[in-house]
Amino acid sequence: MGVEHDHELGVIHAEEMVLNVGPQHPSTHGVLRLKVQTDGEIITKIDPYIGYLHRCFEKHCENVTYEQCIPYIDRCDYIASMNNDFGYAVTVEQLMGIEIPEKVEYIRVIVAELNRIASHLLAIGTIGLDVGAFTPFLYCFRDRERILDLFEMLCGARLLYNYIWVGGVSHDFPVGWVEKTYEFIDYFEPKIHEYNELLTYNKIFIERTADVGILPVDVAISYGVTGPNLRGSGLRWDLRRDDLYSIYDQFEFDIPVGTGAMGSVGDCWDRYYVRVREMEESAKIVRQALDQMPREGDVHATIPRKIRPPKGQIYKRTESPRGDLGFYIISDGSPIPFRIKLRSPAFTAVSCINEIARGWMLSDVMVILGSLDIVLGEIDR
Amino acid sequence: MEFNKIIESINTDFKEGLLPIGEEAPTDHIQVSPEDWGELAGFLRENDSLKFDSLMCLTGIDEGTEEENLGVIYSLHSMIHRHKLEVRITVPKSRPVVPSVEQIWRIADWFEREIYDMFGITFEGHRDLRRILLPEDWEGYPLRKDYIFPESWHGIEVPKMKEGWE
Amino acid sequence: MVDFFLEKFSQISWLTGLPDGILFVLAVILIAIPIFLFLAVNALVVVYAERKISAFMQDRLGPMGQGAGLHAGKWGLLQTVADTVKLISKEDIIPAAVDKKLFISAPFIFFIGSFITFVALPFNQTIVAANFNIGIFYIVAVSSVGVIGIILAGYGSNNKWSLYGAMRSAAQIISYEIPVALSLLTVVMLVGSLQMQEIIKAQDGVIWGFLPHWFVFKNPFTFIAFFILFISGVAEVNRTPFDIPEAESELVAGFHTEYSGLRWAFFFLAEYANVFIVAGVASVVFLGGWQSPIPGFLEGSGWGLVWFLGKAIFLIFTMIWFRWTFPRLRTDQLMVMCWKYFIPIAFINIMGVGLWDLFVS
Repeated sequence: MGVEHDHELGVIHAEEMVLNVGPQHPSTHGVLRLKVQTDGEIITKIDPYIGYLHRCFEKHCENVTYEQCIPYIDRCDYIASMNNDFGYAVTVEQLMGIEIPEKVEYIRVIVAELNRIASHLLAIGTIGLDVGAFTPFLYCFRDRERILDLFEMLCGARLLYNYIWVGGVSHDFPVGWVEKTYEFIDYFEPKIHEYNELLTYNKIFIERTADVGILPVDVAISYGVTGPNLRGSGLRWDLRRDDLYSIYDQFEFDIPVGTGAMGSVGDCWDRYYVRVREMEESAKIVRQALDQMPREGDVHATIPRKIRPPKGQIYKRTESPRGDLGFYIISDGSPIPFRIKLRSPAFTAVSCINEIARGWMLSDVMVILGSLDIVLGEIDR
Repeated sequence: MEFNKIIESINTDFKEGLLPIGEEAPTDHIQVSPEDWGELAGFLRENDSLKFDSLMCLTGIDEGTEEENLGVIYSLHSMIHRHKLEVRITVPKSRPVVPSVEQIWRIADWFEREIYDMFGITFEGHRDLRRILLPEDWEGYPLRKDYIFPESWHGIEVPKMKEGWE
Repeated sequence: MVDFFLEKFSQISWLTGLPDGILFVLAVILIAIPIFLFLAVNALVVVYAERKISAFMQDRLGPMGQGAGLHAGKWGLLQTVADTVKLISKEDIIPAAVDKKLFISAPFIFFIGSFITFVALPFNQTIVAANFNIGIFYIVAVSSVGVIGIILAGYGSNNKWSLYGAMRSAAQIISYEIPVALSLLTVVMLVGSLQMQEIIKAQDGVIWGFLPHWFVFKNPFTFIAFFILFISGVAEVNRTPFDIPEAESELVAGFHTEYSGLRWAFFFLAEYANVFIVAGVASVVFLGGWQSPIPGFLEGSGWGLVWFLGKAIFLIFTMIWFRWTFPRLRTDQLMVMCWKYFIPIAFINIMGVGLWDLFVS
């Protein structure tokens, strides 16, 4: 934008402007750089640049033992770290052929679902923040604090737990934890009505998110998008039901999908609303698990003294709050993994942003990015 | 669909005798050469009874410092038929070239860029193959087993001693 | 007010010797200083109120301080004072690549726009800085001066994001001037004069025996016009739900991204002055200004001041409430709302007011 004068006034060229969103920006949910080409306010191309948070997780895992990998895995998707550990533990257990006791299964489901609620609360709060509604963000964080307090009581950490180990969990429930969790679920279920009143059915919010950033189902499958993003496009696909792992077949819960209630199927409102409904369903699962869980049992019973899987390879995926989290583990018979690959759901979500955000305005890019719910720790590893 | 039926289908409808059958043959994955892969990928996606429309994961491996091969592993899945397939391709370190499938499964665009970044395997036919996680001017392919960590980058030294860390 | 001061000067012996021009300038300065002080105090108080009210709405406490010490006073009352001291003592950073003349003059132009609008607001029966006989027209005209300041800030910052903010803001403010002017026109039609004090005096008396004769109650069309005026006023001052130009989550801070320290404090001051002006104009024109809500009682000169400030404060509270409840509209939705909804409604209002007055009252 210099001070050069163009002396040729014959033809006026309208050039496309290249803007940089990030890497430091209040709205990009982490360090993500989007190189946006715009024609006025309309986007013509978006090129995401990632790698600002790359911490060489896969290389580290090739130098430490299987147990020592778990803190690294926590730090990949730092918002839902229970689900990360869950996926890893389930994969290694299948590779080694370990059967774990029922109590441990229930504990894992309870903490994973509580973490799913916490993660969705953050997603909902930040999409409100992107649109300009500051208050729902603080309400969501207030409720998230209560979940983090529960986790702190359980294992001492608020965000990165190192709790679910291969073959079991690290601690049993302390005295009084189950009662506190019941209290939380009783408190939380009516709160969803509060979020609905304030944000979900607010006319301005609907205008900002309905019909914006539509993701068709075939594009979603080709881009590998899964989780609430795929369910928002209308396909009822959930790994807890369709690719069963752990004891999810013992619980009754619905799988919400986007129906285009406020606009078209697969728009930002649908993805957002799927998350709101999923919180309700997770609360139901936690309640059922607490009711059904056996109170006696040793959580350390089947933790192997030394984790030394037999030579082999396995790929297993589990449902994290962002989609299907896959682990491809190659073992060569030693206690140190040969190769661990983490297939992250948010990686696929960011890759399709060029496809869905083209033709929309700059303000919509933030809303679309918010509705995809990405976390850079997982994308960059 | 069962694994043997998938093998049968590929052997009959795509290319006769492409995959080995019998006692020696692997029971959970198929091994394909890079030359066949380009067309086989299209076939796996389009064929009605197979319909692998989802590439779940793309993993690169380095078979070891003594070995001379790199590998790529495709984990495929069909949303319609609910069956899975694992395809392994091995390429020599001297010429690591694999045909690109980014036009077939769009997620392969970024997955292949990541493998190029980490292993140095070039994907032929990829429209925009550049590094994705590391800076554009990085030298070396980190996830290879014989990777040597650099001493410094753009003037920033990599500290070797851990003094002062306790 | 200038006449008032000039009269007082003629009674002081050692001032009468000075030429008329200097006396005039002296009178103007004596008026300008209290206005500036009022604006500064207004900014302090409204900012504190906004932080506290937003905090209570969001289930938290806001600025707090317990008792003695160098804290922010009890209940954080000294917080804004501390902020002001900090802003004044900050380093004056001018980025190297900006256009210096534009960059430096922009905050002042923006502030001047608010300041000169302020002089026409009547606080009570006698206190009004300049009682123009084209009061309303003057307000509508000079409130647009601020847009120039915004555009200069955005362009002069040499920053694509600031430019975006400035362009959006200019489009928004210019568009929303029209519903504001049309709604004010309905009242001018009923009163027959553009002078602010006349408009307030015309709201004397009662309707239906107990409601004060304010224009908001007089006529269903002026009732609608009040809401159009208020909402367009919120859009004029770039407050949520219309705060696209300073949308934090998109443009970092819009047109004032590159400003810091005292320059930024001027933008801030002017923004809150604008908030007061919108509230003030809406309460003067539709809510009776310094007229008492209980007709016949509490109508002294001091009470007039209380009523005017009370009504303005109520409207400011409503604006704060809006900001923390609603998400923001996208630029094109904002424009659609103005041009496709507000302006036609405003035109219908004018017709309606005229017809109602003709046939019904």
